Amino acid sequence: MASTQPVLLIATRKGAWLLHGDAERQQWRLDGPHFLGQIINHLVLDPRDGRTLLAAASTGHLGPTMFRSTDLGATWQEAAQPPAFATTADGSGRSVKHTFWLEPGPASEPEVWYAGTSPQGLFRSADGGNTWAPFSCLNDDPQYREWMGGEQDGTPDGPKLHSIQIDPRDPSHLYIAMSGGGVHESTDGGRSFAPLIDGLDVVEGFDRSSPGFHDPHCVRLCPTLPDRLYQQNHCGIYRLDRPATTWQRIGDSMPEDVGDIGFPLVLHPRDPDTLWVFPMNGDDVWPRTSPDGRPAAYRSRDGGNRWQRQDHGLPTEQAWWTVKRQAMCADTEAALGLYFGTTSGEVWASADEGDSWQCLARHLPEIYAVEIGYPSP
Amino acid sequence: MHVLIPSPLHDYTHAPRVEASGDTLGALLDDLDRQFPGIRFRMVDEQGQIRRHMRCFIGGVQIFSLAHALDGVDEVLFVQALSGG
Repeated sequence: MASTQPVLLIATRKGAWLLHGDAERQQWRLDGPHFLGQIINHLVLDPRDGRTLLAAASTGHLGPTMFRSTDLGATWQEAAQPPAFATTADGSGRSVKHTFWLEPGPASEPEVWYAGTSPQGLFRSADGGNTWAPFSCLNDDPQYREWMGGEQDGTPDGPKLHSIQIDPRDPSHLYIAMSGGGVHESTDGGRSFAPLIDGLDVVEGFDRSSPGFHDPHCVRLCPTLPDRLYQQNHCGIYRLDRPATTWQRIGDSMPEDVGDIGFPLVLHPRDPDTLWVFPMNGDDVWPRTSPDGRPAAYRSRDGGNRWQRQDHGLPTEQAWWTVKRQAMCADTEAALGLYFGTTSGEVWASADEGDSWQCLARHLPEIYAVEIGYPSP
Repeated sequence: MHVLIPSPLHDYTHAPRVEASGDTLGALLDDLDRQFPGIRFRMVDEQGQIRRHMRCFIGGVQIFSLAHALDGVDEVLFVQALSGG
């Protein structure tokens, strides 16, 4: 039985923090740092048992690893076998720099987790995150290796596999995304993948038919309408309603002076027409700041046809932070709560679906990810 | 032989100097991992390459190969090349 008391799981460039809330989401208690000085890319509490907490860790100077806790971080155990690529005889194989994305498997497979890494790799654990193995054809397939490109083709801190999305009706139906490398779908439990990039824009001058030129920032599958996907892409916001295979751009209706570039995209857990994005400045040199120094979430209640600015309580000027792709999430309460962490180390929350915001924590390191969890009592 | 462990790895060894054995540098790292599970992967990647910011010195000479023989060696120094902010 899950608790009604949420915990925010905050992964940062310099460690991890847990922000414990009461049932009314009025009082929050900051617990940390955990792993001070280590880079924590993602911190996720297993929603299936409310106990298993995984932390994807590295430092600037050591190899990557994974830590597990079953007591909300009071004690941690290192994974016996963190994600690692297959070893090649001539040493020419790839090396995992860090695990970027953690995804609990479906309810029907309670010990299964998936992980996406930098450089792009897909890994699976069948024992609650203690041992990990390369998963599917992706990691070593020559065509996929070409689409993944090299270090120079990825995001500034390394190319990434992310947005592992599992169809709740069918665990063998998966989506993944790669920056760079595009969006891909598997319908056979990961034995094969195929690109799903029709309709998506790429940077001017590049060939949109090649997955290697695509940069999906965040892909989300609607939990109550699994045939619907939303995507925040390098080139805009998109929606795809299967079985169609052509993405429709829904960011064109965003205000022109804000645009539809950004990283996070959050879905309402019960309403497939409601979603949030957090735009950033993607002009010219890609400042990756809030547009005009005035941060705001944007909500659509009609599948992306119209957008509403939500900035009540947020700074109104000279606020140049932004929100990374894993650093915004929603809880599951009737009055839906939203949360995000900033590149300047602040945690903000809304208890009214984004209509107003309050700051829960300041002065943390740069925040990489914010997830919600409901621990078992 | 004596092995110097850099401070970011003291969570594993709880000491700056430990004892380990092996005919080669790779075997020495295997022995360290037996004693301190997980430490090897923080130092060496899955392709057998010493990680970018990890340095190994024997007799004042930097060593890059895990196949390096340790005949007659009584001390191996691992140090971190710290950089960044």
